[in-house]
Amino acid sequence: SICGTLHSVDQYLNIKLTDISVTDPEKYPHMLSVKNCFIRGSVVRYVQLPADEVDTQLLQDAARKEALQQKQ
Amino acid sequence: MLSLTQLPGTVAVITSDGRMIVGTLKGFDQTINLILDESHERVFSSSQGVEQVVLGLYIVRGDNVAVIGEIDEETDSALDLGNIRAEPLNSVAH
Repeated sequence: SICGTLHSVDQYLNIKLTDISVTDPEKYPHMLSVKNCFIRGSVVRYVQLPADEVDTQLLQDAARKEALQQKQ
Repeated sequence: MLSLTQLPGTVAVITSDGRMIVGTLKGFDQTINLILDESHERVFSSSQGVEQVVLGLYIVRGDNVAVIGEIDEETDSALDLGNIRAEPLNSVAH
Protein backbone atom coordinates (compact mmCIF):
# COMPACT_ATOMS: atom_id res chain seq x y z
CA SER A 1 0.00 0.00 0.00
CA ILE A 2 0.95 3.63 -0.39
CA CYS A 3 1.29 5.93 2.61
CA GLY A 4 1.28 9.70 2.26
CA THR A 5 -0.17 13.06 3.22
CA LEU A 6 -3.66 13.71 1.88
CA HIS A 7 -3.39 16.75 -0.35
CA SER A 8 -6.82 16.79 -1.94
CA VAL A 9 -9.81 14.74 -2.97
CA ASP A 10 -12.35 15.38 -5.72
CA GLN A 11 -15.88 14.36 -6.57
CA TYR A 12 -14.71 11.06 -8.04
CA LEU A 13 -12.81 10.35 -4.83
CA ASN A 14 -9.57 10.66 -6.81
CA ILE A 15 -6.84 11.19 -4.24
CA LYS A 16 -3.73 13.33 -4.38
CA LEU A 17 -1.05 12.31 -1.93
CA THR A 18 2.17 14.13 -1.23
CA ASP A 19 5.42 12.84 0.18
CA ILE A 20 4.55 9.21 -0.29
CA SER A 21 6.25 6.07 0.92
CA VAL A 22 5.52 2.46 0.03
CA THR A 23 4.96 0.14 2.98
CA ASP A 24 7.17 -2.57 1.43
CA PRO A 25 9.72 -0.86 -0.85
CA GLU A 26 11.86 -3.95 -1.31
CA LYS A 27 9.04 -5.90 -2.79
CA TYR A 28 7.63 -2.90 -4.68
CA PRO A 29 10.45 -0.62 -5.83
CA HIS A 30 8.32 0.79 -8.64
CA MET A 31 7.60 4.07 -6.85
CA LEU A 32 11.07 4.78 -5.47
CA SER A 33 11.49 8.04 -7.39
CA VAL A 34 7.94 9.26 -6.82
CA LYS A 35 7.20 11.82 -4.10
CA ASN A 36 3.71 12.97 -5.06
CA CYS A 37 1.02 10.97 -6.75
CA PHE A 38 -2.51 11.00 -8.02
CA ILE A 39 -4.66 7.92 -7.46
CA ARG A 40 -7.76 7.36 -9.55
CA GLY A 41 -10.76 6.89 -7.31
CA SER A 42 -12.01 3.83 -9.20
CA VAL A 43 -9.01 1.74 -8.16
CA VAL A 44 -9.06 2.48 -4.45
CA ARG A 45 -10.17 -0.43 -2.32
CA TYR A 46 -9.56 0.99 1.17
CA VAL A 47 -8.33 4.24 2.64
CA GLN A 48 -6.99 3.76 6.16
CA LEU A 49 -7.22 6.85 8.31
CA PRO A 50 -5.73 6.86 11.82
CA ALA A 51 -8.87 7.35 13.94
CA ASP A 52 -7.36 9.83 16.36
CA GLU A 53 -6.27 12.15 13.56
CA VAL A 54 -9.79 12.78 12.34
CA ASP A 55 -12.19 15.30 13.86
CA THR A 56 -15.44 13.41 13.22
CA GLN A 57 -17.71 16.33 14.11
CA LEU A 58 -15.95 18.60 11.62
CA LEU A 59 -16.01 15.85 9.03
CA GLN A 60 -19.72 15.22 9.49
CA ASP A 61 -20.53 18.92 9.18
CA ALA A 62 -18.36 19.33 6.08
CA ALA A 63 -19.86 16.24 4.46
CA ARG A 64 -23.38 17.45 5.22
CA LYS A 65 -22.62 20.82 3.61
CA GLU A 66 -21.11 19.13 0.54
CA ALA A 67 -24.20 16.94 0.17
CA LEU A 68 -26.46 20.01 0.32
CA GLN A 69 -24.31 21.78 -2.27
CA GLN A 70 -24.43 18.78 -4.55
CA LYS A 71 -28.20 18.67 -4.38
CA GLN A 72 -28.54 22.35 -5.40
CA MET B 1 -8.40 17.85 -23.32
CA LEU B 2 -6.47 19.99 -20.88
CA SER B 3 -2.79 20.44 -21.71
CA LEU B 4 0.20 21.14 -19.52
CA THR B 5 3.05 23.55 -20.21
CA GLN B 6 4.50 23.37 -16.71
CA LEU B 7 3.63 21.09 -13.78
CA PRO B 8 4.31 17.32 -13.68
CA GLY B 9 6.77 16.76 -16.53
CA THR B 10 7.96 13.20 -16.16
CA VAL B 11 5.39 10.90 -14.63
CA ALA B 12 5.10 7.23 -13.82
CA VAL B 13 1.72 5.75 -14.71
CA ILE B 14 0.62 2.49 -13.13
CA THR B 15 -2.08 0.88 -15.25
CA SER B 16 -4.87 -1.33 -13.98
CA ASP B 17 -3.19 -4.41 -15.44
CA GLY B 18 -0.10 -3.75 -13.33
CA ARG B 19 2.20 -2.18 -15.90
CA MET B 20 4.41 0.82 -15.28
CA ILE B 21 4.80 3.40 -18.02
CA VAL B 22 7.10 6.39 -17.66
CA GLY B 23 6.73 9.44 -19.89
CA THR B 24 6.18 13.18 -20.21
CA LEU B 25 2.60 14.11 -19.39
CA LYS B 26 1.39 16.36 -22.18
CA GLY B 27 -2.32 16.43 -21.47
CA PHE B 28 -5.26 14.90 -19.67
CA ASP B 29 -9.02 15.28 -19.27
CA GLN B 30 -11.89 14.68 -16.82
CA THR B 31 -11.85 10.92 -17.29
CA ILE B 32 -8.06 10.81 -16.87
CA ASN B 33 -7.33 9.93 -20.49
CA LEU B 34 -3.62 10.78 -20.78
CA ILE B 35 -1.24 11.94 -23.46
CA LEU B 36 2.26 10.67 -22.73
CA ASP B 37 5.24 11.65 -24.84
CA GLU B 38 8.64 9.91 -24.96
CA SER B 39 7.12 7.04 -23.05
CA HIS B 40 8.65 3.71 -22.20
CA GLU B 41 7.43 0.77 -20.21
CA ARG B 42 9.49 -0.46 -17.29
CA VAL B 43 9.19 -4.22 -17.06
CA PHE B 44 10.14 -5.57 -13.66
CA SER B 45 11.22 -9.14 -13.21
CA SER B 46 12.44 -11.16 -10.25
CA SER B 47 15.14 -12.81 -12.34
CA GLN B 48 16.64 -9.98 -14.37
CA GLY B 49 17.02 -6.21 -14.11
CA VAL B 50 14.44 -3.69 -15.28
CA GLU B 51 13.77 -3.77 -19.00
CA GLN B 52 12.72 -0.52 -20.69
CA VAL B 53 10.58 -0.82 -23.80
CA VAL B 54 10.42 2.40 -25.84
CA LEU B 55 6.86 3.39 -26.81
CA GLY B 56 6.99 7.00 -28.07
CA LEU B 57 3.80 9.09 -28.11
CA TYR B 58 0.89 7.35 -26.40
CA ILE B 59 -2.72 8.03 -25.52
CA VAL B 60 -3.76 6.04 -22.47
CA ARG B 61 -7.49 5.70 -21.85
CA GLY B 62 -8.51 6.82 -18.37
CA ASP B 63 -10.29 3.54 -17.53
CA ASN B 64 -6.93 1.81 -17.46
CA VAL B 65 -5.12 4.32 -15.25
CA ALA B 66 -4.62 3.40 -11.60
CA VAL B 67 -1.91 5.72 -10.28
CA ILE B 68 0.01 8.68 -11.66
CA GLY B 69 3.21 9.51 -9.83
CA GLU B 70 5.35 12.59 -10.19
CA ILE B 71 8.88 11.41 -10.84
CA ASP B 72 11.67 13.23 -9.07
CA GLU B 73 14.32 13.42 -11.82
CA GLU B 74 17.21 13.43 -9.35
CA THR B 75 16.11 10.34 -7.49
CA ASP B 76 15.21 8.57 -10.69
CA SER B 77 18.58 9.10 -12.40
CA ALA B 78 20.23 7.78 -9.26
CA LEU B 79 18.34 4.49 -9.56
CA ASP B 80 20.32 1.53 -10.80
CA LEU B 81 17.60 -0.11 -12.84
CA GLY B 82 19.85 -2.97 -13.89
CA ASN B 83 20.03 -4.17 -10.31
CA ILE B 84 16.42 -3.89 -9.29
CA ARG B 85 14.65 -7.18 -8.91
CA ALA B 86 10.93 -7.20 -8.25
CA GLU B 87 7.86 -9.22 -8.99
CA PRO B 88 5.64 -7.64 -11.64
CA LEU B 89 2.65 -5.82 -10.16
CA ASN B 90 -0.69 -7.56 -10.03
CA SER B 91 -3.67 -6.15 -11.87
CA VAL B 92 -6.34 -4.27 -9.95
CA ALA B 93 -9.07 -6.20 -8.14
CA HIS B 94 -7.59 -9.65 -7.67
